[in-house]
Amino acid sequence: MRGGRYGNTGYYVYAIGIIMFLYLPLVAVGFASISKARYLSFPIKRYATQWYGEALGSSTVIDLVQTSLLIALIVTVLSVILGFFGALAFARYQWRYRSLFQKLILLPIFFPQSVLGLALLMWFNAIGVMPSWQTAVIAHLVWIAPIATLVISIRAYSFDPALEDAARDLGCSYWQTLREVTLPLLMPGMVSAGLFAFLLSWGNFPLSLFTTGADSTLPEWLYAKMVSGYSPLVPTLGILSVAGSALLIAVALLVSSVVSLLSHRRSHVPRVSAADGVPGDLAVHQ
Amino acid sequence: MSVREQKLGWLNALPMLVMLGLSFVAPLLVIALYSIMPEQVFELSHVPDFAAYVEIIRQGYWRSFLWSIGMALVSTVILFVICWPLAFAMVRIFRGFTLAVTVAVVVTLFVSENIRLFGWALTLMKGGMIEGMWRAWTGTGFDGLLYNVPVIVFGLVYVYLPFMLFPLVQGIAMVPDDARHAAADLGASRWQVFAEIELPLAAPGILVGSLLSFVLATGAVAESKLLGGQAVIVIADDVESAFTYGQNWPLGSALSMVLILVIASLAIYALSKMDLDRILGRAVN
Repeated sequence: MRGGRYGNTGYYVYAIGIIMFLYLPLVAVGFASISKARYLSFPIKRYATQWYGEALGSSTVIDLVQTSLLIALIVTVLSVILGFFGALAFARYQWRYRSLFQKLILLPIFFPQSVLGLALLMWFNAIGVMPSWQTAVIAHLVWIAPIATLVISIRAYSFDPALEDAARDLGCSYWQTLREVTLPLLMPGMVSAGLFAFLLSWGNFPLSLFTTGADSTLPEWLYAKMVSGYSPLVPTLGILSVAGSALLIAVALLVSSVVSLLSHRRSHVPRVSAADGVPGDLAVHQ
Repeated sequence: MSVREQKLGWLNALPMLVMLGLSFVAPLLVIALYSIMPEQVFELSHVPDFAAYVEIIRQGYWRSFLWSIGMALVSTVILFVICWPLAFAMVRIFRGFTLAVTVAVVVTLFVSENIRLFGWALTLMKGGMIEGMWRAWTGTGFDGLLYNVPVIVFGLVYVYLPFMLFPLVQGIAMVPDDARHAAADLGASRWQVFAEIELPLAAPGILVGSLLSFVLATGAVAESKLLGGQAVIVIADDVESAFTYGQNWPLGSALSMVLILVIASLAIYALSKMDLDRILGRAVN
């Protein structure tokens, strides 16, 4: 590189600057959440944690969290199941319409989510379904299941088809192979996909807006309060919601590093290939 | 392509195809049908006409389209300028630090867009983090920085940064280091290396990143609502009002159809340029 050491320092500073730019608004929300005043104004004169107490004690908040959690959990399970099969069609099998399928899956991700939510509302209306949290699950799936498919596909690309062939040659049925070989191999991808699905559903607003009917999720409630005037509970709940996500990400990173540490100790071959032998209890079914 | 793989491909694709058919394709068809219904109806059982499309032109809704497309265009150009040096450094200069940058950027995607934009509103408003600190420091205040067109573009740049950054990283990774060094050895200036080697060779990544950010920014609505205070009305906003306050489903549907047409044609073009097997397959190899 011609830039030399001095030029490279500039790039590091630039990268750190961009990351600070990305996180700056969260700092503002954080400060706002511990301001004592009912009407926020910087510089903050007195700090207090009373709004956290109020947020955690409110029954409205508990309802909102329950609805959001329920939607996110169901979306997670369904996205991982859809993504598992979707990823096999996306990355593993060479079939005629694979490339078309890959593109179809990506299309909903590019779509303006509020328009998608409205389109779903029209559709539910046309087939006579009342919008509620269940319809919001469907709305979230349209956007999140494709993302889960992509995440699992990354894992599925590293898949050695010889492993499945070996299991079949040893007399496994299709379902046995799927359960004993394919599923364990894709499991790390499925865990990541589940994490993505949960977090994206938990934080999603535009898809929920028109599809939850009388029910309301946490992001929806926050938005309603944001546009109708300031409430000190908005930054507080915002921070609590972000902290929940951050905790989940931290736990996931920790668990994954512990798992990879343990598996490194067990075997020194990190990548899955036929040479590693067939996983665990396949021998039972021979 | 064995017969078995053909069958398994179809079977495994089936759950996703059914889901997308019922909750993506079908709703779009309903919107398309509503858009050719006469005004102010709430059922699909009427004689179709194109009154709603005529209305779009007569009522001047094309202005919102121009605003959305214009702001999306400007934010895409700004994003390219901001992201290029970072993407370049992530591919060529940073080693372990690239992972840290990637994680830091991806994590922001998990925070609700609302909360992040609300944070900017708290930062930029009168009495907000910037103006308030400035006033405490210098004793003179100024009006907030919100509720204008530039702040909406700023919001778009902020929210869609990852969608430009990661495709650019992919694109720059495709430029062989040898080509850059050869050009430099032959006496090319920095600018020439950029304009004649890197730009053309990274073109697929640039194209995908630009189309992605443009498409997403065109359909965006939260930025203009939370930061812009509706200084201008964007198209997704018109769609929403037509369905909610306006109670004019055919008009809302017709507006959606035009927006969908713009977005889908660009998105499909972008997708046709992406080699997904290479992009996703390379992540592990």
